Amino acid sequence: MLTDRAPIVSARLGHEDSHTLERYLATGGYEGLRKALSMTPEQVHEEVNAASLLGRGGAGFPAGRKWSMLRKASTTYLVVNGDESEPATFKDHLLIERDPHQIVEGTIITAYAIGAAQAFIFCRGEFALGLERLTQAVNDAYAHGALGPSILGSDFSLDLVVHPGAGAYICGEETALLESLEGKRGFPRIKPPYFPAAIGLYGEPTVVNNVETMSNIPWIVRNGGAAFAALGQGSSTGTRLFALSGHVERPGWYETEMSKTTFRDLIYDPKLGGGVRRGRALKAFIPGGVSAPWFFPEHLDMGLDQDAVGKAGSMLGSGSVVVMDETTCAVRAAWRISRFFHRESCGQCTPCREGAGWIDKILRRIEDGLGREEDLDLLLDACDNIAPGLTWPPRQTTICVLGPSIPSSIVSGIHQFRDEFLLHVKEGGCPMPPDEVRHV
Amino acid sequence: MARLSAENRRKAEAIVAVYPERRSALIPLCHLAQGQDGYLTEEAMEDVAELCGVSPAEVRGTASFYDMLHTEPVGRYVIAVCTNIACMLAGAYEVLGHAEERLGIHSGQTTPDGLFTVEEAECLAGCDKAVCVQVNHRFFGPVDEEGFDRLVEDLAEGRLEGTVPPHGVLCRVERSVGLPAEEPAAGPAGGAPARRGGDS
Ligand SMILES: Cc1cc2nc3c(=O)[nH]c(=O)nc-3n(C[C@H](O)[C@H](O)[C@H](O)COP(=O)(O)O)c2cc1C
Ligand code: SF4
Ligand code: FES
Repeated sequence: MLTDRAPIVSARLGHEDSHTLERYLATGGYEGLRKALSMTPEQVHEEVNAASLLGRGGAGFPAGRKWSMLRKASTTYLVVNGDESEPATFKDHLLIERDPHQIVEGTIITAYAIGAAQAFIFCRGEFALGLERLTQAVNDAYAHGALGPSILGSDFSLDLVVHPGAGAYICGEETALLESLEGKRGFPRIKPPYFPAAIGLYGEPTVVNNVETMSNIPWIVRNGGAAFAALGQGSSTGTRLFALSGHVERPGWYETEMSKTTFRDLIYDPKLGGGVRRGRALKAFIPGGVSAPWFFPEHLDMGLDQDAVGKAGSMLGSGSVVVMDETTCAVRAAWRISRFFHRESCGQCTPCREGAGWIDKILRRIEDGLGREEDLDLLLDACDNIAPGLTWPPRQTTICVLGPSIPSSIVSGIHQFRDEFLLHVKEGGCPMPPDEVRHV
Repeated sequence: MARLSAENRRKAEAIVAVYPERRSALIPLCHLAQGQDGYLTEEAMEDVAELCGVSPAEVRGTASFYDMLHTEPVGRYVIAVCTNIACMLAGAYEVLGHAEERLGIHSGQTTPDGLFTVEEAECLAGCDKAVCVQVNHRFFGPVDEEGFDRLVEDLAEGRLEGTVPPHGVLCRVERSVGLPAEEPAAGPAGGAPARRGGDS
């Protein structure tokens, strides 16, 4: 499903057998690796710097710069983050199931560039088919000579282990992920050190990059960093895989050039989202995963651009857009998102653990018609304890940013739809219609 | 069955061998044990502990952190209905309510015949197919009330045996490469590429 230009990471997905080695080789697969091995690791790194590739896992940190931060040591690890559990995000799931070799090739090239001899792909445990496809891809890549000793006849050797998660959103946070990979509970580590590049897996310097980030690397090496940087605008270069869900006619994934496509295009273009379902009016949308503050109709003409969205007080985050039409209950939406954070808080920090529980409970009672007017201030107060000042980006009193992500939907909801919250209290119940089941 | 079978012990040792440190195999081995018995038995956790060089209490304590690992028996088919934001907007709570009624149990419970457990799940990354449902971590969707009834009938009558293995069986593809040629029990100390290129 492409838009104005040829896609990069989803190029192969039109093929039924896009996950097989045969299809991969027939469509330029492992050519990026061959080219990379004819270059020095520094030259490969330089191409990725030139591409200005921003990490696709949520924080948007430049990949090349992250690799430069590695502490020099005899052992370096590369860990690919395929834990994708941010609600409404489903792009890595797609890439893992449908183009596993592209991830494997990006991983091998990156390991070469940073000098790692051992890499891991941490795959969300709930992706049973994804785990099977990745494991098969690793078996096939070995058989093809792209993994193991002396890769494609060079003197570079690499092993790659596909590691399953076991169901915990917090393991997407990179330091929790490393704990989990070490066989422990997924507790985020205390910072500093801020980056695993200093102290990572087994205490060694480690690069953690997202699945989609890795999936861009073969194309960048094949076509050059400059060709990638020519797409998009400003710091948002290349294309991005956006995941569109909620009240749209055509929910799905769409790879579009960064910045050039607007939220209006994504939601309303007949080739993309196809409009709000049943021609209804748009109430609000979430621009980048449920950790992001909500946007409203006045934001529709903004480009899908990391800086622009950031300046407007939200984030492009994980690239997932959730559409809510005029029948949506803002309290119920904010409650369901808060409930998620309550369930997934790892419990190490009091503001996050206790705050999430309070917020879940208060929103629930407002939705059930048992709320009081003071509950709105109580909610904002609980949010303020987690992220003092309720600024954007949030300030942090906690070990990781799961906590400070909790206020986003609540503050958005209360600021924009205060009357609707109060109506719940006055009427002793939800004034909005129940959710309609989507039939297909 | 409770201890790891001889076949699963062989698989477990092969898994331990791919990691630079054996404790890293803890979660993969829990999945393996769960694939054998449908949940984590005490005896299997003791085996996992021994293989990873930790105490059984550490295995239990770690496993209890993770939603997918069960230390009590569950149904042959664990049906997870996502109710997170995208699925909720597509009517997930109505579908979940219907599921509870159809099976005569509440979310978190198992039918008396041991066939079905139903769970309310967080986002399963299948939001474009809302309402998204997984059975033993195999995807179905979009699922409405009728679709749910059909799914349950297909499962009960064994029409999905090939697609949906019994609960606990996760990855049915085994890593066939890169294992040490001999001496499979001990993990190589210094990480890769001490290992050999395998079956290519
Ligand atoms: C609570 C939490 C959950 C996260 N979940 C994911 C995830 O599922 N996948 C991911 O790639 N990054 C996730 N991240 C971001 C990672 O910590 C990390 O920044 C990212 O994997 C780095 O890759 P990138 O630079 O290629 O984007 C999460 C962060 C937080 C705080
Ligand atoms: S902020 Fe929440 S999830 Fe993050 S470490 Fe603290 S308690 Fe755990
Ligand atoms: S919200 Fe249900 S699968 Fe994502």
